Amino acid sequence: MNNQSCIEIGNEWGIVSARQAGRELSKNIGFGSVDQARITTAISELARNIYLYTEIGQIELTSVVKDNDGREGIKVVARDKGPGIENLRDVMVDGFTTSGGLGAGLPGVKRLMDEFDIESMPGEGTTITTVKWLR
Amino acid sequence: MRIPILKLGRYLLISVQVELDDQTALQFQEDLLNKIHQEGSLGVVIDLTSVDMIDSFIAKVIGDVVEMSNLMGAKVVLTGIQPAVAITLIDMGVSLQEVQTALDLEQGLERLQQELGG
Repeated sequence: MNNQSCIEIGNEWGIVSARQAGRELSKNIGFGSVDQARITTAISELARNIYLYTEIGQIELTSVVKDNDGREGIKVVARDKGPGIENLRDVMVDGFTTSGGLGAGLPGVKRLMDEFDIESMPGEGTTITTVKWLR
Repeated sequence: MRIPILKLGRYLLISVQVELDDQTALQFQEDLLNKIHQEGSLGVVIDLTSVDMIDSFIAKVIGDVVEMSNLMGAKVVLTGIQPAVAITLIDMGVSLQEVQTALDLEQGLERLQQELGG
Protein backbone atom coordinates (compact mmCIF):
# COMPACT_ATOMS: atom_id res chain seq x y z
CA MET A 1 0.00 0.00 0.00
CA ASN A 2 1.30 3.38 -0.98
CA ASN A 3 0.87 5.29 2.26
CA GLN A 4 2.33 8.59 1.29
CA SER A 5 1.86 10.98 -1.58
CA CYS A 6 2.58 14.55 -2.47
CA ILE A 7 0.55 16.46 -5.04
CA GLU A 8 1.72 19.72 -6.56
CA ILE A 9 -1.08 22.29 -6.82
CA GLY A 10 -0.10 24.56 -9.68
CA ASN A 11 -3.44 24.68 -11.47
CA GLU A 12 -7.00 23.64 -10.85
CA TRP A 13 -6.38 20.09 -12.09
CA GLY A 14 -4.16 19.68 -9.07
CA ILE A 15 -7.25 20.12 -6.90
CA VAL A 16 -8.89 17.10 -8.56
CA SER A 17 -5.70 15.01 -8.30
CA ALA A 18 -5.30 15.82 -4.60
CA ARG A 19 -8.93 14.93 -3.98
CA GLN A 20 -8.59 11.58 -5.78
CA ALA A 21 -5.37 10.69 -3.97
CA GLY A 22 -7.03 11.58 -0.66
CA ARG A 23 -10.05 9.42 -1.34
CA GLU A 24 -7.89 6.47 -2.30
CA LEU A 25 -5.63 6.72 0.74
CA SER A 26 -8.52 7.23 3.17
CA LYS A 27 -10.29 4.22 1.67
CA ASN A 28 -7.12 2.13 2.04
CA ILE A 29 -6.74 3.18 5.67
CA GLY A 30 -10.29 1.95 6.27
CA PHE A 31 -12.37 5.10 6.62
CA GLY A 32 -16.11 4.74 5.95
CA SER A 33 -17.86 6.61 3.17
CA VAL A 34 -18.87 9.60 5.30
CA ASP A 35 -15.35 10.15 6.64
CA GLN A 36 -13.96 9.63 3.13
CA ALA A 37 -16.23 12.45 1.96
CA ARG A 38 -15.15 14.64 4.91
CA ILE A 39 -11.45 14.05 4.20
CA THR A 40 -11.83 14.53 0.44
CA THR A 41 -13.77 17.75 0.96
CA ALA A 42 -11.17 19.08 3.41
CA ILE A 43 -8.39 18.32 0.91
CA SER A 44 -10.36 20.05 -1.83
CA GLU A 45 -10.74 23.20 0.28
CA LEU A 46 -7.05 23.27 1.19
CA ALA A 47 -5.97 22.65 -2.41
CA ARG A 48 -8.29 25.36 -3.66
CA ASN A 49 -6.80 27.87 -1.23
CA ILE A 50 -3.35 27.09 -2.62
CA TYR A 51 -4.65 27.48 -6.17
CA LEU A 52 -6.54 30.72 -5.44
CA TYR A 53 -4.09 32.57 -3.27
CA THR A 54 -0.62 31.33 -4.17
CA GLU A 55 1.45 30.49 -7.22
CA ILE A 56 2.32 26.99 -6.21
CA GLY A 57 2.14 24.72 -3.25
CA GLN A 58 1.60 21.11 -2.38
CA ILE A 59 -0.68 18.76 -0.53
CA GLU A 60 1.06 15.96 1.35
CA LEU A 61 -0.95 12.92 2.37
CA THR A 62 0.41 10.41 4.87
CA SER A 63 -1.08 7.53 6.78
CA VAL A 64 -0.20 7.90 10.45
CA VAL A 65 -0.55 5.97 13.69
CA LYS A 66 -1.55 7.59 16.98
CA ASP A 67 1.07 7.28 19.72
CA ASN A 68 -1.13 6.52 22.71
CA ASP A 69 -3.64 4.06 21.32
CA GLY A 70 -2.30 2.88 17.96
CA ARG A 71 -5.27 4.19 16.03
CA GLU A 72 -4.70 4.82 12.35
CA GLY A 73 -5.39 8.07 10.61
CA ILE A 74 -4.62 10.30 7.69
CA LYS A 75 -2.48 13.40 7.91
CA VAL A 76 -3.03 16.13 5.34
CA VAL A 77 -0.48 18.91 5.10
CA ALA A 78 -1.04 21.90 2.81
CA ARG A 79 2.16 23.85 2.26
CA ASP A 80 2.73 26.93 0.14
CA LYS A 81 5.18 29.74 -0.26
CA GLY A 82 2.46 32.29 -0.92
CA PRO A 83 1.81 35.68 0.66
CA GLY A 84 0.90 34.20 4.02
CA ILE A 85 -2.18 35.12 6.03
CA GLU A 86 -2.15 38.50 7.77
CA ASN A 87 -4.87 37.88 10.27
CA LEU A 88 -5.29 34.25 11.23
CA ARG A 89 -8.27 35.03 13.41
CA ASP A 90 -10.29 36.45 10.49
CA VAL A 91 -9.81 33.46 8.20
CA MET A 92 -11.19 31.11 10.84
CA VAL A 93 -14.50 32.99 11.03
CA ASP A 94 -17.41 31.49 9.10
CA GLY A 95 -18.38 33.66 6.17
CA PHE A 96 -15.12 35.64 5.98
CA THR A 97 -13.94 35.70 2.38
CA THR A 98 -11.65 37.71 0.15
CA SER A 99 -12.43 35.68 -2.97
CA GLY A 100 -16.20 36.02 -3.24
CA GLY A 101 -16.67 32.44 -2.08
CA LEU A 102 -18.84 31.22 0.77
CA GLY A 103 -16.16 31.81 3.41
CA ALA A 104 -16.67 28.24 4.56
CA GLY A 105 -13.22 26.92 3.62
CA LEU A 106 -10.88 26.95 6.61
CA PRO A 107 -13.47 26.88 9.40
CA GLY A 108 -15.12 24.06 7.44
CA VAL A 109 -11.87 22.11 7.22
CA LYS A 110 -11.40 22.47 10.97
CA ARG A 111 -14.83 20.97 11.60
CA LEU A 112 -14.37 18.15 9.08
CA MET A 113 -11.03 16.99 10.53
CA ASP A 114 -10.03 16.00 14.08
CA GLU A 115 -6.85 18.04 14.40
CA PHE A 116 -6.09 21.36 12.78
CA ASP A 117 -3.03 23.54 12.99
CA ILE A 118 -2.12 26.58 10.96
CA GLU A 119 1.21 28.36 10.74
CA SER A 120 1.64 31.39 8.57
CA MET A 121 4.27 34.06 8.10
CA PRO A 122 3.30 37.06 6.00
CA GLY A 123 5.54 37.05 2.93
CA GLU A 124 6.81 33.54 3.54
CA GLY A 125 3.93 31.17 3.23
CA THR A 126 1.44 29.04 5.05
CA THR A 127 1.44 25.49 6.34
CA ILE A 128 -1.78 23.88 7.46
CA THR A 129 -1.61 20.47 9.14
CA THR A 130 -4.74 18.42 9.72
CA VAL A 131 -5.37 14.87 10.87
CA LYS A 132 -8.42 12.64 10.84
CA TRP A 133 -8.39 9.49 13.02
CA LEU A 134 -10.27 6.28 12.49
CA ARG A 135 -13.06 5.92 15.00
CA MET B 1 -15.36 18.29 -20.24
CA ARG B 2 -19.06 19.12 -20.55
CA ILE B 3 -22.02 17.78 -18.64
CA PRO B 4 -24.80 16.60 -20.99
CA ILE B 5 -28.17 18.33 -20.62
CA LEU B 6 -31.17 16.32 -21.80
CA LYS B 7 -34.51 17.79 -22.85
CA LEU B 8 -37.75 16.15 -21.78
CA GLY B 9 -40.76 18.19 -22.93
CA ARG B 10 -40.60 21.50 -21.06
CA TYR B 11 -38.06 20.11 -18.61
CA LEU B 12 -34.31 19.65 -18.64
CA LEU B 13 -32.62 16.66 -17.02
CA ILE B 14 -29.02 16.58 -15.92
CA SER B 15 -27.25 13.68 -14.31
CA VAL B 16 -23.80 14.67 -13.11
CA GLN B 17 -21.59 11.65 -13.73
CA VAL B 18 -18.14 13.21 -13.80
CA GLU B 19 -15.70 14.34 -11.15
CA LEU B 20 -16.60 18.01 -10.82
CA ASP B 21 -13.59 20.22 -11.37
CA ASP B 22 -13.99 23.98 -11.20
CA GLN B 23 -13.98 24.54 -14.94
CA THR B 24 -16.56 21.84 -15.64
CA ALA B 25 -18.81 23.28 -12.93
CA LEU B 26 -18.61 26.81 -14.31
CA GLN B 27 -19.10 25.61 -17.89
CA PHE B 28 -22.18 23.70 -16.76
CA GLN B 29 -23.60 26.85 -15.17
CA GLU B 30 -23.36 28.66 -18.48
CA ASP B 31 -24.56 25.71 -20.59
CA LEU B 32 -27.64 25.20 -18.42
CA LEU B 33 -28.73 28.83 -18.55
CA ASN B 34 -28.27 28.91 -22.32
CA LYS B 35 -30.27 25.71 -22.70
CA ILE B 36 -33.11 27.05 -20.53
CA HIS B 37 -33.17 30.13 -22.74
CA GLN B 38 -33.05 28.17 -26.00
CA GLU B 39 -35.68 25.63 -25.10
CA GLY B 40 -37.93 27.81 -22.99
CA SER B 41 -37.74 25.24 -20.21
CA LEU B 42 -39.97 25.57 -17.17
CA GLY B 43 -38.21 23.14 -14.89
CA VAL B 44 -34.84 21.51 -14.34
CA VAL B 45 -33.82 18.42 -12.40
CA ILE B 46 -30.14 18.11 -11.51
CA ASP B 47 -29.37 14.61 -10.29
CA LEU B 48 -26.33 14.33 -8.01
CA THR B 49 -26.52 10.58 -7.26
CA SER B 50 -23.02 9.95 -8.64
CA VAL B 51 -21.41 12.94 -6.94
CA ASP B 52 -19.37 11.80 -3.95
CA MET B 53 -18.06 15.16 -2.81
CA ILE B 54 -19.28 18.76 -2.82
CA ASP B 55 -16.89 21.35 -1.46
CA SER B 56 -17.72 25.00 -0.75
CA PHE B 57 -16.83 26.12 -4.27
CA ILE B 58 -18.99 23.52 -6.01
CA ALA B 59 -21.77 24.26 -3.49
CA LYS B 60 -21.61 27.92 -4.41
CA VAL B 61 -21.71 27.16 -8.14
CA ILE B 62 -24.74 24.90 -7.66
CA GLY B 63 -26.53 27.38 -5.35
CA ASP B 64 -25.85 30.17 -7.83
CA VAL B 65 -27.12 28.25 -10.85
CA VAL B 66 -30.35 27.47 -9.02
CA GLU B 67 -30.82 31.14 -8.24
CA MET B 68 -29.91 32.18 -11.78
CA SER B 69 -32.38 29.68 -13.25
CA ASN B 70 -35.08 30.99 -10.91
CA LEU B 71 -34.36 34.50 -12.13
CA MET B 72 -34.97 33.31 -15.66
CA GLY B 73 -38.24 31.68 -14.61
CA ALA B 74 -37.22 28.01 -14.45
CA LYS B 75 -37.61 25.96 -11.29
CA VAL B 76 -34.73 23.71 -10.28
CA VAL B 77 -34.88 20.59 -8.13
CA LEU B 78 -31.70 18.86 -6.92
CA THR B 79 -32.01 15.13 -6.49
CA GLY B 80 -30.01 12.18 -5.21
CA ILE B 81 -27.70 13.98 -2.78
CA GLN B 82 -25.74 11.18 -1.08
CA PRO B 83 -25.83 10.77 2.73
CA ALA B 84 -22.08 11.44 2.99
CA VAL B 85 -22.42 14.59 0.90
CA ALA B 86 -25.34 15.89 2.98
CA ILE B 87 -23.42 15.28 6.21
CA THR B 88 -20.27 16.95 4.88
CA LEU B 89 -22.15 20.02 3.63
CA ILE B 90 -23.76 20.57 7.03
CA ASP B 91 -20.41 19.96 8.81
CA MET B 92 -18.94 22.63 6.58
CA GLY B 93 -21.71 25.03 7.50
CA VAL B 94 -22.93 25.23 3.92
CA SER B 95 -26.70 25.32 3.78
CA LEU B 96 -28.30 25.24 0.37
CA GLN B 97 -31.37 27.03 1.66
CA GLU B 98 -34.18 27.90 -0.73
CA VAL B 99 -33.02 25.05 -2.94
CA GLN B 100 -35.66 22.45 -3.70
CA THR B 101 -34.58 18.87 -3.31
CA ALA B 102 -36.01 15.38 -3.76
CA LEU B 103 -34.75 11.88 -3.04
CA ASP B 104 -34.38 10.75 -6.63
CA LEU B 105 -34.98 11.71 -10.24
CA GLU B 106 -38.51 10.33 -10.26
CA GLN B 107 -39.58 12.31 -7.21
CA GLY B 108 -37.79 15.35 -8.56
CA LEU B 109 -39.90 15.26 -11.70
CA GLU B 110 -43.04 14.74 -9.63
CA ARG B 111 -42.12 17.77 -7.54
CA LEU B 112 -41.74 19.89 -10.66
CA GLN B 113 -45.06 18.68 -12.03
CA GLN B 114 -46.82 19.56 -8.77
CA GLU B 115 -45.23 22.98 -8.61
CA LEU B 116 -45.88 23.83 -12.21
CA GLY B 117 -49.39 22.39 -12.16
CA GLY B 118 -48.82 19.40 -14.42
